[in-house]
Amino acid sequence: MGKYMLEVNELTTKYITRQGEDVYSVDHVSLKIEEGKSLGIAGESGCGKSTLALSLMGYYFAPLHYTSGEIIIDGKDITGLDPDVVRKTVLGSEVAYIPQAAMNALNPTRKVIKFIEDVMKAHEIKMTKKEIREFAEQRFRQVNLPVDALDKHSVELSGGMRQRVVIAISTILNPKVLIADEPSSALDVTSQKVVIKMMKDMMEMGLVRSMIFITHELPLLYNVTDDIMVMYAGQIVERGSAKEMVFDPVHPYSRGLMKSILVPEDGTRDVKLTAIPGTPPNLKRPPAGCRFADRCRYATANCRYSGIPIEEFAPGRTYRCLMPVEQLKEVYASEDQQ
Amino acid sequence: MKTSNDRIIGQEIVDDRESVTFGANRDKDFSQEPMCLSGRGVTRVFRTGRITTVAVDHVDFDFHKGELISIVGESGSGKTTLSKMLLGLLEPTDGHIFFHDKLRDISSGHKRRQYWKGIQAIFQDPFSSYNQFHKIDSVLLDCINMRGGKSLPKDQKIEMMTEACSFVNLKFAELTNKYPFELSGGQMQRLMIARIFLLKPDILLADEPTSMIDACSRATILDMLLNLRNETGMTVIFITHDIGLAYYISDSVYIMEHGKFVESGPADKVILDPQAPYTKRLISDVPKIHEAWDLSTVG
Amino acid sequence: MKRTLKNIFHTPRFVIGFIIIAAIILVSVIYPIVSPGNPMKNIGQGSFIAPGTYISSYDVATVPVYDSTGANTKIFELGEDAINNRLRVNMSVEDRETMIGWLTSLKESLGEGQLLAGENANATVTEEVTKVVDGVETTTQVEEEREVVLLENLTSSDADAEKLAELWIANYNDEVKVKGYSTNAQRRNIRQLNTRVSRMMSGGTITVSIGDLQPKELKNTDYIPLSKVANVINLPLGTDNFGRDVFRELIASTGTSLLIGLMAGVIATVIGLMIGLLAGYVGGILDDILMFIANLFTVIPSFILLILINYSLPASSRGAVLCAVVIGFTSWVWTARSVRSQVISLRNRDHVNLSKLSGHSLLRIVLTDILPYVASYVVMAFILQVSSGILAEAQLSMIGLGPEAGNTPTLGLMMNWATKFAAHTTGKWWAYFPAIAVIAFISFSLNLMNTGLDQVFNPTLRD
Repeated sequence: MGKYMLEVNELTTKYITRQGEDVYSVDHVSLKIEEGKSLGIAGESGCGKSTLALSLMGYYFAPLHYTSGEIIIDGKDITGLDPDVVRKTVLGSEVAYIPQAAMNALNPTRKVIKFIEDVMKAHEIKMTKKEIREFAEQRFRQVNLPVDALDKHSVELSGGMRQRVVIAISTILNPKVLIADEPSSALDVTSQKVVIKMMKDMMEMGLVRSMIFITHELPLLYNVTDDIMVMYAGQIVERGSAKEMVFDPVHPYSRGLMKSILVPEDGTRDVKLTAIPGTPPNLKRPPAGCRFADRCRYATANCRYSGIPIEEFAPGRTYRCLMPVEQLKEVYASEDQQ
Repeated sequence: MKTSNDRIIGQEIVDDRESVTFGANRDKDFSQEPMCLSGRGVTRVFRTGRITTVAVDHVDFDFHKGELISIVGESGSGKTTLSKMLLGLLEPTDGHIFFHDKLRDISSGHKRRQYWKGIQAIFQDPFSSYNQFHKIDSVLLDCINMRGGKSLPKDQKIEMMTEACSFVNLKFAELTNKYPFELSGGQMQRLMIARIFLLKPDILLADEPTSMIDACSRATILDMLLNLRNETGMTVIFITHDIGLAYYISDSVYIMEHGKFVESGPADKVILDPQAPYTKRLISDVPKIHEAWDLSTVG
Repeated sequence: MKRTLKNIFHTPRFVIGFIIIAAIILVSVIYPIVSPGNPMKNIGQGSFIAPGTYISSYDVATVPVYDSTGANTKIFELGEDAINNRLRVNMSVEDRETMIGWLTSLKESLGEGQLLAGENANATVTEEVTKVVDGVETTTQVEEEREVVLLENLTSSDADAEKLAELWIANYNDEVKVKGYSTNAQRRNIRQLNTRVSRMMSGGTITVSIGDLQPKELKNTDYIPLSKVANVINLPLGTDNFGRDVFRELIASTGTSLLIGLMAGVIATVIGLMIGLLAGYVGGILDDILMFIANLFTVIPSFILLILINYSLPASSRGAVLCAVVIGFTSWVWTARSVRSQVISLRNRDHVNLSKLSGHSLLRIVLTDILPYVASYVVMAFILQVSSGILAEAQLSMIGLGPEAGNTPTLGLMMNWATKFAAHTTGKWWAYFPAIAVIAFISFSLNLMNTGLDQVFNPTLRD
């Protein structure tokens, strides 16, 4: 068992709306990632997965605000640090963040090498331009990127190439945690595959020591990450290994999600595609009990009474539901037979 | 206010929550059915200055009555241009489109209106499909008027709208006098289906109707589309980039690349035994769950 | 709609701008009703009369200052600075400098130390101080030495005015010939100055007698009420070069300028909106033609066009309305261009496609599916058009190509006349500054409203 690269304890962050209302989009989230492992986060839009990604950087800007909890990266607590310190010593070197539109973040008037020089400068790394170029060339070769891309402007690169270049730039300082928020959703499937391959290679080479991968595409998550965590209304509802989560989900919401997977392979046409009715609760006024109760077909009066704790029912597997695991599995089995 | 309504409407569907049902049309052979819409050499060229772009390049297609056809292509493949040509919103530069075996004629406003009684559409983004300044009622009333129900008594109109709404599990009484932006995306898209229910066209063109909707609400929309087909024998042209979804739902699949159909045929045949290199690559590049996703093919 | 309006009126910027412009409009509408009169009337003779309240000196002299009860004259204590006030108003700084100059010359011609001291200066004054101690009044005499007034220490400031006047009265002698004041004209001036100063300092009484009434002695503590003066002219902003009341002219001008701006804005917005909608929605060759015209207008600066059009129109036919029309016809281009680009992006929106599929006519689609979406933008463009229309009028009038001078007062014309009569170089601020301030306030408030609207309609621009 490797040491934990990222440990998050009871992290809560909120948005403050223009009307001054608090929206707790990340509500007491705890998670751990071992060195060399990757964690996928799945959930509907608005479940707080992107907010969690932003919150994990430890760098908050309005309307997102830190409320409580701690983020420990490789044994170092980064909560409560001055934003300037976080920017200089954490972002890029400890945590790297790649948003969905990252490939559009490159200033089209500058060459790629300039951004790498900027990263070095921002982190006060004393290197000459020549050293930076050598370093960058070596890194680009390592991750199978053409070296001549360094002297191109972002508009000269294709979408997939641009996204890979952005990932290479943001991981140039070998971050301990890479947070990728839908890094390939804007790309076609072929470019997506190339981007994913590069990210997996970087993990293998140890350039990135752990990864959080966020997407709404469950088949992709299944193929990319070791573990999958399902979020709903700002809370973690279930976590387990990718395989267990896709083929043997326990929480009714996870099950609903996994039942919606459609892939072009034999057997897909026989899938019984079911819907989860309704919409997620409004996080300005979250329900007192289970947040999924309104949409859950198994919900009882007890579910709405008070908050449901998250429970570990098997090694590495947690869920947030009042029903015992065995009972849920029985119900699912009888449903599947129908 | 918005959320409380969502809740009410949400709970409304809990009772008749269903998985997608295909009915008798699943795996049926449609090739003997009469032709609904077909095209020969349909082409569209865009010119901006000196640059010409061939968006759709001499495509042929035959859509039969009651068939569910998917046109699968990645962004930039020309599928949206093709769908606009099918709808008559864009004139083909070359080629012919046949509607019910007759050459389509949409040269005058009157003829266009007649054509649109036979073909209707659901668009990708429910949020931009509505005129935000008009109430929901006006969307549905337009459909009744278009079907020649302009002079019907008000009661009967309301009855028709209520029926259409209940078809998509919405309550008309709760929607009347509301504006579209007071609904959630899923509700808006369902209302679009209610619109089609009122219009009952021969052909429905659904342009990525579920891509802006969360995966777990997707089944509801798909089920409603299938119900519509089962009840009215409507031909559904489903345009999507999601090859898994296309495989799951459709009878025939057309794979589009750079404005051309590279492969077409029954869904099982195209997806499980692809012949064209592009189709092969496309299918191998999509992550799957039972089969391994081979990353080594990447250069 | 209601919610949008509520949002708009909850935006501080919009509300501030709205209040300012509403106040300006209200004043320009209400003031002429409350106080009718021709703003172009020359009420003063001579140019640039300073702001202030003017009373007819003839009326003051004929006010019955004296009647049987003596009630018309009010007797007030003279304030401590009464003499100072009198000196300050009647003895100008130049007068004081002349006095100091004359006295200095006198001193030089007399030799050191020969200047006579003032009345109160350098004298021992005896004051009686009465104290009451145990019921017995005791009076003690306190002797006080007054300071010596030295000419060298005197300045032309108000504080020294009284001492200077005293020194003057003690030393002035018409017989003495003083170096530098030898010509007849100079001597006459000094003599007149002396008359004024000695009358001021005499503090005595003036005897008046009107008709059969008993003569009455007027003391310097006698006051008459202003309401008894028949003719008072109040000029809060003075007069311009023609002697017109600037305040009244300013209000009338504000009204005209606002009207010109409003008309120009309406014309520009209507033309721009129509061309933009047509070019954007219909597209094709019509778009090409319309945009060609619009590009022509863009390439030729509209102000030059404005100048050329106005120059070719005879001054006599250039009324405020014509001016507004000309401004409107030259400033529609930007509205047209931006409406067009918005319409082009709207044209491909799904709701427009859906409307087409529902069989709606072109006119109906443009009016119900396109126009409402550009309406907020058009309102904002209209506000800016009004503001720039007012500025354009001011610019045109400044160079003499505005509405015909003499009939219609406009803010630009006021500034034009003020410049022609060199008000700005002679410090007659009241002739041009109020017009500038009003223009600045109008365009400030309109722009403020515009940014307020921007905040509501484009919420991403907030923060």
